[in-house]
Amino acid sequence: MSDRGADKGRGAAVQTTGHAWDGDLQEFNNPLPRWWLWAFYGTVVFAVVYWFLYPAWPVGRDYTKGVLNRVTFQAGGETVTTHWNTRARLMLELQDSPAARRQRQYLEKVAAAGYDEILADPDMKGFAWSMAKGVYGDNCAPCHGSDGKGRIGLFPNLADDAWLWGGTVEDIETSIREGRQGFMPAFGEALSERQLDDVAAFVLSLSGHEVDPEAAARGARIFRGETGGCHYCHTREGTGLKSQGAADLTDRIWTVADVPGRPTLAGKKEEVKRVVRDGIRRTMPAWKDRLDPVQIKLLTVYVHELGGGR
Amino acid sequence: MFRHEQIEINAGLLIALTLVVISVGGLVEIVPLFKIPSTVEAVPEVRPYTPLELRGRDIYQREGCFYCHSQMVRPLRDEWLRYGHYSLAAESRYDHPFLWGSKRTGPDLARVGGKYSNAWHVQHLIDPRSVVPESIMPAYPWLMERELDYGDIARRMAALRKAGVPYSLTEAEYRRNVERWGKAVADRLDIRRAEEALLAQAEAGNYDGDRRRLTEMDAIVAYLQALGTMVDFKKYGEAYFVQFR
Repeated sequence: MSDRGADKGRGAAVQTTGHAWDGDLQEFNNPLPRWWLWAFYGTVVFAVVYWFLYPAWPVGRDYTKGVLNRVTFQAGGETVTTHWNTRARLMLELQDSPAARRQRQYLEKVAAAGYDEILADPDMKGFAWSMAKGVYGDNCAPCHGSDGKGRIGLFPNLADDAWLWGGTVEDIETSIREGRQGFMPAFGEALSERQLDDVAAFVLSLSGHEVDPEAAARGARIFRGETGGCHYCHTREGTGLKSQGAADLTDRIWTVADVPGRPTLAGKKEEVKRVVRDGIRRTMPAWKDRLDPVQIKLLTVYVHELGGGR
Repeated sequence: MFRHEQIEINAGLLIALTLVVISVGGLVEIVPLFKIPSTVEAVPEVRPYTPLELRGRDIYQREGCFYCHSQMVRPLRDEWLRYGHYSLAAESRYDHPFLWGSKRTGPDLARVGGKYSNAWHVQHLIDPRSVVPESIMPAYPWLMERELDYGDIARRMAALRKAGVPYSLTEAEYRRNVERWGKAVADRLDIRRAEEALLAQAEAGNYDGDRRRLTEMDAIVAYLQALGTMVDFKKYGEAYFVQFR
């Protein structure tokens, strides 16, 4: 057995565990420091108190909800008081944290104001710009780009002066709230290759490109007649109908055919032909179920300010 | 008298007692979640994935999307503002395995369904930086090139059925699904007609924008567009969900 007190430097008061290895190798059995022991007892007491205050123990098919901590928040016009839990705490924070309260002052002001008032008031406009920037960044930027310039062929540019569906605040708000279905039928089967050539020549002539005048004249007849029927949406002059989301073909701004991206006239014509042949099918999702009306209002102001809204 | 030394010098007893002690924490925290009905929200509109969405989910796993994208909106103010409503336990009830993830190199995807158009997803998966210049996501161009292999879809669904997912194999099960989710949904959850349902959904949805081919892109976009869309939160109100915590 042990040779108690063999360690002369520590004195005989310190116990050893009683184990001995290799003949004389021993292990001290020091008592725990008093402060440590009391801290340990303290955590035990803390845990027992906690069980009573917060949701803690499962009991049968339910659990103890805690007695002291209650959370009160507003839901659907009613005041709800419930036991402490993270979901109720979130509701409370969304409604009553200092940041939420500060933001709400502005949101209520913006909700009550018309677009004219918001655009005229630097304070509200500044708020709209900074808050909408975040909403835009998460919801709109993936398609339209963080600068609003979109991607030719896929997603319209919001930063220029051309508006497929209208550039007034009302039009922009409708586009965001309800979404849009950009559609142009494919003419690949209805028109021959030659006719496609002619239509492309006419379309390019509308925006001042130097094309064969005879081909353009033939194209104009297809465009304005029943063969193509293009004028139903694009109008006889090619300026487009906002109600159909049909592009203005005379403004030198291209949203689907990448005309500016092609250096040669043949290339530009090929781009226009491709769009006429294959048609267009683009979707802007509706945001009314995902964003609340004030967020949509702020976004409308933001988009309007991005690109020379009307 | 009890002596701790008895435990220390008896390896078998030490192992047994160690297991008892460490399982207490696990059992107290985990078992009640399975046994207490009041922790899972009653949102009956949550349905299993359709065959096409299920194949998309498999591809999502194969490509390791969950390494960088979580599918779990936590009840925190900033997440609520950015992603939308926090995730419900019930929304994951048919997920085997869960794809909650644990790291967000990319954004959370729990509510991505319906947020962007199909065309955006296709373009973004083929070349992420063409639509989001600041993105660091890798490109997945082969999704558009590879034909979707759906030959074993019925067996995949049958395996999930064994894990408790209510895909129907008998007429009685099918009728129960019709009662729960209506005929249109129940038709898509029937193992006996799985291939038919998969092809019909791909044809109607045309997720990859190419009607001629059924690609892996069709499946993964169908899956992404379904994420987080099943619960109509307006129907319940926040006071309802708070009861389940």
